[in-house]
Amino acid sequence: MFNSHSIEVRKLTKKFGSFTAVNEISFDTEKGEIFGFLGANGAGKSTAIKMLCGLWTPTSGEAKVAGFDIYKENEKIKRRIGYMSQKFSLYQDLTARENIRFYAGIYGMPDTKIKEKTEVLLDRLKLSEFADVQINSLPLGWKQKLAFSVAVFHEPEIVFLDEPTGGVDPVTRRDFWEMIYDTAKLGTTIFVTTHYMDESEYCDRISIMVDGRIEALGSPIELKERYDSKTMDEVFVKLARPAAIK
Amino acid sequence: MRTLKFLLQKEFKQIVRNKAILRIIIIAPILQLLVLAFAVDYEIKNIKLFFVDQDKSHFSSLLFSQFDGSDYFFIENYSNDQNDAKEAIHQGECDLALIIEPNFEQHLYRDGTAAVQLIANAIDGTKAGLSSSYATAIIRSFNKTLIEQYSIRGNLIPDPEFHQIEPTYSYWYNPDLNYQAFMVPGILVLLVTMIGTFMSSMNIVREKELGTIEQINVTPIKKHYFIIGKTLPFWIIGLLEFGFGLTLAKIVFDIPMVGSLFTLFAFAGVYLFVVLGLGLLVSTLTDTQQQAMFISWFFLVIFILLGGLFTAIENMPLWAQRITFFNPVRYFIEVNRMVLLKGAGIADIAWHFIVMAIFILAVNSLAIFRYRKVS
Amino acid sequence: MKRFIAFVRKEFHHILRDWRTLIILFGMPIIQILLFGFAITNEIKDASIAILDQANDAHSKALINKILSTDYFKLEQYLSNQSQIEPVFRKGKVKEVIIFERDFSQKLDKEKISGIQLLADATDPNTATIILNYTQGIIAGYQADQNVLSRLPFNIQVQTEMFYNKELKGVYLFVPGLIAIILMLVSAMMTSISITKEKEFGTMEILLATPMRPGIIIIAKVIPYLLLSFINALIILTLGYFVFGVPVHGSITLLLFEMILFVLTVLSLGIFISTVTSSQQVALMASLMGLMLPTILLSGFIFPIENMPLLLQIISNIVPAKWFIIIIKNIMLKGTGLAIIWEETLIIFGFMIFFISLSVKNFKPRLA
Repeated sequence: MFNSHSIEVRKLTKKFGSFTAVNEISFDTEKGEIFGFLGANGAGKSTAIKMLCGLWTPTSGEAKVAGFDIYKENEKIKRRIGYMSQKFSLYQDLTARENIRFYAGIYGMPDTKIKEKTEVLLDRLKLSEFADVQINSLPLGWKQKLAFSVAVFHEPEIVFLDEPTGGVDPVTRRDFWEMIYDTAKLGTTIFVTTHYMDESEYCDRISIMVDGRIEALGSPIELKERYDSKTMDEVFVKLARPAAIK
Repeated sequence: MRTLKFLLQKEFKQIVRNKAILRIIIIAPILQLLVLAFAVDYEIKNIKLFFVDQDKSHFSSLLFSQFDGSDYFFIENYSNDQNDAKEAIHQGECDLALIIEPNFEQHLYRDGTAAVQLIANAIDGTKAGLSSSYATAIIRSFNKTLIEQYSIRGNLIPDPEFHQIEPTYSYWYNPDLNYQAFMVPGILVLLVTMIGTFMSSMNIVREKELGTIEQINVTPIKKHYFIIGKTLPFWIIGLLEFGFGLTLAKIVFDIPMVGSLFTLFAFAGVYLFVVLGLGLLVSTLTDTQQQAMFISWFFLVIFILLGGLFTAIENMPLWAQRITFFNPVRYFIEVNRMVLLKGAGIADIAWHFIVMAIFILAVNSLAIFRYRKVS
Repeated sequence: MKRFIAFVRKEFHHILRDWRTLIILFGMPIIQILLFGFAITNEIKDASIAILDQANDAHSKALINKILSTDYFKLEQYLSNQSQIEPVFRKGKVKEVIIFERDFSQKLDKEKISGIQLLADATDPNTATIILNYTQGIIAGYQADQNVLSRLPFNIQVQTEMFYNKELKGVYLFVPGLIAIILMLVSAMMTSISITKEKEFGTMEILLATPMRPGIIIIAKVIPYLLLSFINALIILTLGYFVFGVPVHGSITLLLFEMILFVLTVLSLGIFISTVTSSQQVALMASLMGLMLPTILLSGFIFPIENMPLLLQIISNIVPAKWFIIIIKNIMLKGTGLAIIWEETLIIFGFMIFFISLSVKNFKPRLA
């Protein structure tokens, strides 16, 4: 077998004209790790994630996701990953059941398995009653949880979550992270971006992006020590403040 | 292949759930067909005529009765002052004024010649042209009557040199001059083209706008499956629409269906691929539904105007005719007419098929090439 | 007031940044006018005909020569027998077949009846009628030439004068209609889609939460389109004048006034549509089917209203564009003043009030 890194990134860069959104970032993630990708809004997190998912082509640098090269083996990567975008992107005019079935089918899951897992999932999410209602009538929190579930339904090796808890209430946030833990326990690597610093405590390791660069990388405990802070908020402010003042 | 099944299921569900669009797809063709077919009529009838008789003689009242009895004209008003007529034209109350000069009858007897003046409201140039030529024809025939019945020669001495050529004429394929038979097939084309282009282009762009396309791009779904999944439902809807419209046309207008319906539908199917490919291409060029709508509208208007529906292609200047070679609408309209009215077979429209095939290749390859899952 | 201006400015930004839409917005009328002016016409020119000359004598040859020497006809081929007629028609290019019977000249001299048959492809009845008319006219002219020697006892001379449009230019008819269509397109369609878009994306709710009154929001949304459609109309007018010589005989102020009135009416219609639709797609289709199509068909733009069945003529009265086209034609081509068109103006005004009240009534309960 090769290495156990689920994601390998070396000097990955994305430029839009003269603006550099992602500036030579490098890191690795372990299998089954919950890797938090932190940073302020506009720091380049979404751009980075989109490159790793194969949505955008990098300007330069290298990366391997699930062992495959993101330039040449894009389609192979897509079979093994799941993605939840920052903007809600399930079909509002389809029901929960229909959305699950559609995506599961696209990822090649056999019909019987889809049926089975759907019922289990709906039960878990407590959506069984509303399984056949168009999801545009569901509250945001439930929609987000559904979107996450769809992203991991086909049991991918890695799942990319872009600001999954944006705009939801604290209870839902906690539910969410429980779901993330459960998924990680199964061996799925979780790559999650967020600007909520407290969520960083839930991650195994985190990186902090400032203006397109990774300014810090390590576990929450390590970082708090390194930057002599009691909370991740403090760490972040220490890192981000100089940039903000600029 | 299984992917396709899931795609199609999703598309159809979404289309069917969109009640408003469904209503429009069903009602629009009915309305469009009915209104258009009844509204469209270039035939000139009931031309409002203002008759000015400054002579008040036997001859002038004879001429009056010729126009009075004509189907083409409707005598709006009558006067012996030509200024009344000119004012009427100015006010828009009449289309044509006929002015008989004073001493008309006298001049004819004495000098053998006299004048009748026609004034036409030429804002609608074609109408004015035709009106005046109908009027002239009536006057000519009146002239002939005068000669036969009132000239000394006409009564007593048949003039051997008096030539009279009146050709016989007949109308082929449409002896009743049923304008609807001509228009309705073309209108069907319009319908199908509009629905095909607009719906398919806006559909894909909608996913772009809403962001759901990102979720699709992240899956291992193959580009061509996605495109087929987006195209096929509208292809089916387009064909159904065409069939629906054709049935309506038959029931309401009893349009002739001389040729093979199978041939017609075969061509329709091929044509739809062109139109949908166009919609697809548009969707790759735009980011918002509004833009998609606009660009589709842009192409559509040009295609329709240059399609030979409202004005004949042969009447266009050469450079415009050449442009219509690139206009798919033109071919479908021609095929429609050729098959329905003249009973043309596949052999007759082989050339049209070939052109469509070329279009399909060109448009769709361009669209597929442009559509990228990765930016 | 400041908020209002800020809002209008935002709308302008939206529109100006969307270069694709802008290009089409302005490019389309220009292209349409060029097409209408140069390419589209109902006049016959170079119509393909086929001739079966079974007589083959001096008279037939002379007549054929006369027919072919006009701009109207172009010889596609000479036929050699009757069985070729059907196939040549089927191919589609030939519009008329002229048959000279074998004893054409004899019939002419002795029996004074014709030996000519005209067969027209009446798939397009209009073209067929016109072509037959032209052919008959040419034949009559030939006859007149031949008869010059016979000193006809009576000869009525017809003098024709074309008012307002001496050269019978088709574009005179189209330019006014085109202005109406473009104003409708930009004002109604775009407005309805733009407002509906905000509804669809939820940003309308955000706007309504601001201290700005809903009425003001709508007006601010609508002003840029008003301006745009106006500029467009002016472009069409200018192009029409400079390229095609379509005149504006009447008062320009009156013209502008009527245009503004029409635009406001159509805008309120667009707003009304936006109050009853919830997605852009629907707004588009509703505008298209409910506005554009009836306008194009029933306003008298292309098809004369007088020819339509009574029912449609009645319906055409509720198409605002119909009245507007009457007004502009009058002002532009006849140079008439308000005295003549006051009724139509009043009608459009009435429409405007109607649509505005409808919109206001619908707007409040929907979004409040």
